[in-house]
Amino acid sequence: MKAWVFGDNIDTDAIAPGRYMKLGIEEIAKHCLEQVSPAFSSSVVKGDFVVGGRNFGTGSSREQAPAALKHLGVAALVAESFAGLFYRNALNLGLPALVCANAGRIRPGDLLEMDLDRAVILNKTNGEKLACEPLPAHLVAMVRDGGLLAHLEKRLK
Amino acid sequence: MKQTLAQKLVARAAGRSSVTPGEIVTCKVDLAMVHDSSGPRRLKPMLERLKAKVWDPSRVVVVTDHYLPTYDKESRDIIRIAREWVKEAGVENFYDAQGICHVVLPERGHLRPGMFAVGGDSHSPTGGAFAAYMFGVGATEMLGVMVTGEIWLKVPHTIAIEFDGALAPGVSAKDVMLFLIGRLGMDGGQYQAVEYRGAAIRRLPMQERMTLCNMTAELGGQTGLIASDSITQEFLKLKTNEIWQSEPDAPVLEHHRFNADELAPQVAAPHSPANTKPVTEFESLKVDLAYIGACTGAKLEDLRMAARILENRKSAVKLLVAPASLRDQQAAEKEGTLQVLLDAGAELLANSCGMCAGYGEHLLPENAVAISTTARNFKGRMGAASAQVYLASPYTVAASAVAGRIADPRKMLA
Repeated sequence: MKAWVFGDNIDTDAIAPGRYMKLGIEEIAKHCLEQVSPAFSSSVVKGDFVVGGRNFGTGSSREQAPAALKHLGVAALVAESFAGLFYRNALNLGLPALVCANAGRIRPGDLLEMDLDRAVILNKTNGEKLACEPLPAHLVAMVRDGGLLAHLEKRLK
Repeated sequence: MKQTLAQKLVARAAGRSSVTPGEIVTCKVDLAMVHDSSGPRRLKPMLERLKAKVWDPSRVVVVTDHYLPTYDKESRDIIRIAREWVKEAGVENFYDAQGICHVVLPERGHLRPGMFAVGGDSHSPTGGAFAAYMFGVGATEMLGVMVTGEIWLKVPHTIAIEFDGALAPGVSAKDVMLFLIGRLGMDGGQYQAVEYRGAAIRRLPMQERMTLCNMTAELGGQTGLIASDSITQEFLKLKTNEIWQSEPDAPVLEHHRFNADELAPQVAAPHSPANTKPVTEFESLKVDLAYIGACTGAKLEDLRMAARILENRKSAVKLLVAPASLRDQQAAEKEGTLQVLLDAGAELLANSCGMCAGYGEHLLPENAVAISTTARNFKGRMGAASAQVYLASPYTVAASAVAGRIADPRKMLA
C-alpha cells in the first residue's frame, strides 16, 4: 500500500507525545506524528507503510510509539536505520521493521509491497525491488505469530 | 579472541566462556527494573492474559518516578496500579516516591559489576557506569523477561571512547556527552556497546560516570560501559576487589580519542541533543527559565556543580530544581548545597522525572526559552511545540540562570 515518507531522526516524542502517554493507545494514536505531519493520523489507512531515513524511532523506550503506528493500521516500517530500542519494540509488537539502505528512493505515495521472508520491498509505482537486511529466523517467527505476547502465549500452552 | 568488557558481561550472562560480536545469544537476566509508566500498568494485563507469574520477584525492582506528583485521575490510577501490583507479584524491592529509577537503583545497592540487567526505560544504560551490562527495553519485551528470566541479544561490538587528561574546571560529563553526540550523531553508538575509557574518565566521581552512560541513549548505543575500579567499589561499598574491564587489545569497532583538557562547556540548541556547539557560540541568548532536573542532571554531583556557581549569586530567571532522588536531596541539604540553591532563588520540585519526560502537570508554556540539564530537547517534549530548549551542564544552566542569558560558567568560577 501507500508510503508515508519521513526524514532522519524521527523521535518517539513525535510518534507518541508525552502528554498523551497516560491515556490509552486510541488517544495516543490520534496524536501520532502530529508535529511532523498533521494529516498523518487521520489519513493513514490500513496497510500503509511508514518510511523513515536514518535512526527512525530515536529516544524513549515507550512501546506506545510503534503501538500507535500499528493501531493506525501501518503494515510495516522501512528505514535506512532504526534506533535499536524502537526496533526491538516494533518487532515485539508484531510490526515488521525492515532496514533498507535504499529507503531514500521511496517517494511519498508510492505503492509498496513487502516480502518479509526474502526481506524485499517491491515498489509497484516504479517497479523497483529494494533489498532489505533479512531478519533473524527467530524474529520472523515471532513477527508471524503477531509479536512476543502471542508468541509466548503459544509457547506456554 | 580477546574479550571487551561488553563481551565478558554478555558471555557470563549467556553461560559461555566467550562470545563474538554479531552472534545472537540468550542471556539470563540478573535484574529487571521498571517504573510506573512502563511497568505494572502495562505488565499486569499481559501477565494475566498469559496466566503467568514473575519468574523471580527478588530480581525485580519497581520505582515510581514518572507520574509523580499525581495530578489527575489517570496519574493517580497509574501510581495505584504500581503500588497494588508489587504486593500481588511479591516484589519487595519497591521504591515509592524515592526518586528517579536510574539514580535510586545503584543508590540502594541493586547494581554490582558483572551483572546483566534490563530496565523499562531508555536511560537504563546508566547502570553501565557500574560495569554492569544494562540496557532499556519496552513493556512487551519486559514482559518476556518477567515470564522467562531471559532475553535475546545480538552480541555488541564495542565503540571505545577515550578521553586523556582531565576535564577543566566548569566542564563536566554532560559536556563530554553533548560534544560526543554533536560529533558522532544520535546514531553514533550504532546500538553497540560504548565504552568510556582514559585518564579523564577514571578521575570522574561515580555520578559523573553515570551521566556519561545515561546519555549513551542519546548517542544511540545499546549500553554505555565503564570498567570498575576503586571508585565503583567505594560507591557501592563492595567488599571485593574484583575488577571488570576489557582485556588489553581486545578488538573494537571504533576507537575515538580526545584530549579532555581542550573541551569547552557545550550547549545543544533546539530540537536535538546533536545540535551542539561550545557555549561561547550561544552567549547572550536570552532565556526565561532554567531547569535543573532529571536522572541526567540533578544527582548530588549535579546539584554541587550548580551550587558552585550559585554561591552568593541570585538567579535572574525562574530556576526550578528537581533533585533526582530523595537521598541525594537529603545529602545536599546536610552539606549545605541545597541551601545555596534555595538562597539563589531556586524553586524546589519533587524527586521525580518532572518536566523532562513531559508526562506531568507542569510543562513549558508557548514560546518559552529554557536551558536545561536534561537529556532531550525534542520538539514539544517538555511542553509546547513552540518552546525552545537548550541542553547544557549544571554549571552552564546555573551560570545562565544568573545571567538571564546563556553564559559560560568558567567565567563565574574564576
